[in-house]
Amino acid sequence: MSAAPTPPGERPPALGAPPVRAAAPSPPHGGVLRVARAIAWRSLHTYVRRPDLFVPSLIFPLVFLASFAGGLSALGSVPGFSFPAGYTAFQFVFVLCQSAMFAGLFTGFTLAFDFESGFARRLMLAAEDRRGIALGYAAVAITRAAVTLAVVSGVALAAGMRITGDGVDVFGLYALAALLVLVGFGWAAGVAFRFRSIQAGPLMQTPVFLILFLAPVYVPLGLLKGWIHAVASINPATAFLEAGRGLIGGVHQHTALAFACAAALIALFGIWMLTGLRSAERAS
Amino acid sequence: MRLLWTQVGTLARRAMLKTLRQPFQLFPIVFFPLILLAVNASGLKAATRLPGFPTHSYISFAIAVAFIQGGMFSLINTGTNLAEDIESGFFNRLALTPLRRVALIAGLLVGVGALGALQSGVYMLMGLVAGAHLHAGLGGVLVILVLGSLTAVGFGALGCAAALQTGSGEAVQGLFPLFFVFIFLSSSNLPRSLLKTGWFHTIANVNPISYLIEGFRALYIYGWDGTALWRGFAVAAGLTIVALLAVAGAMHTRLQRT
Repeated sequence: MSAAPTPPGERPPALGAPPVRAAAPSPPHGGVLRVARAIAWRSLHTYVRRPDLFVPSLIFPLVFLASFAGGLSALGSVPGFSFPAGYTAFQFVFVLCQSAMFAGLFTGFTLAFDFESGFARRLMLAAEDRRGIALGYAAVAITRAAVTLAVVSGVALAAGMRITGDGVDVFGLYALAALLVLVGFGWAAGVAFRFRSIQAGPLMQTPVFLILFLAPVYVPLGLLKGWIHAVASINPATAFLEAGRGLIGGVHQHTALAFACAAALIALFGIWMLTGLRSAERAS
Repeated sequence: MRLLWTQVGTLARRAMLKTLRQPFQLFPIVFFPLILLAVNASGLKAATRLPGFPTHSYISFAIAVAFIQGGMFSLINTGTNLAEDIESGFFNRLALTPLRRVALIAGLLVGVGALGALQSGVYMLMGLVAGAHLHAGLGGVLVILVLGSLTAVGFGALGCAAALQTGSGEAVQGLFPLFFVFIFLSSSNLPRSLLKTGWFHTIANVNPISYLIEGFRALYIYGWDGTALWRGFAVAAGLTIVALLAVAGAMHTRLQRT
């Protein structure tokens, strides 16, 4: 079954557009959604079929969880450390935030790789509304994160993690994680659109890695001393970790601040990503 | 014999320059372990308050991990450089010259060993600046240089084996996370006696990286601890021997294809 040839002088049907009804008026933003849906479907299909893509994104968080929750559990007995849900839950929140942000980053890698292979350039030519490209990859990031977070949560619960917060708190925790996926993706996509090469990978992940580790990862903020305390006090990742730990423990701490920080970062990196998209358009 | 040494020396020099001239290879070797050291030493300082923790200075405890991370970067850089030579055809052209086959890899590994000693010196210097105290003194500096060099050669040889086996730089890069797991599941952050989670304690006990780390660590914390030192050297030497055997096998196959 081959597509009907395009008459001379007419533009070929755009990606995601139904070929027969191309002349029909599109609903507002319909083009964006169609492109997004097509990209999301293609990327998720690739993701499922290629273990070399999804296995690392699952292994890293599990190793972090095993190493930190298992290897550092003695830190739960440090004088001044108090977290009733236990050290596994304390570390689980870090792993959750890290997995969420890295799901966004890994999707940025995919976008950069698609540029390097020439696929994304063809996509830029074919898409009827290019903002749909960004939206489609964002949907991929959220779906990938859902898979990773489900596995990590399952392993943590199987390892005996206790959750002392209620259902609403747990929902809040995962909602915060979803926002962090978009933060990570916004940053990485902005870099990918600008550099259009996988060589920019370290530029995507190093700042995120540093921001995460310059927060109270191993012990609460109160037990950090010196320069790390000063840095962690103004680091937005501290708000994410404290809010997440508050939600899993049922004792709210900086929850509103964390959601506000995440929303502000999404707005900021949204602009960064869209200006990157413009830069990629100019280069195409 | 003299000719062999000339060949080894030339290839060693090339291997060193190839790494030193590429900032993308040099940056992770020098800065990544130091950044992790800075972050972990500050974030885990509270661990020194645990009963049974062997020192009051977490940086003296944690600096040992930097030497192992440096070794793992040797694996990646050496393997990637060799794979690049294979992909570009340079390795095949070398193999067709009268160059002794043993010099092909020996030259590379001598360069890696020299770089290993160099990077160990950098870590020691940065540790000193950050406040790490080397209990073993000047003699300890020499032992660390030797152990750091041997560790780099062991990991570098593993990188060579992977490159010869696969002929792909991407495949060698893919090994990095795998080896990083060995560091995470070891006594890198706490002494084995303080690893309270049963399964983690068992894994750390059978993980050779724990003993390699403890070899470096003993020189910083205890001074001259014979048991930790011989175990550290045994792991580094064992790793080198196993990796060289793997290199010999992979080299045989690769040259047959040539």
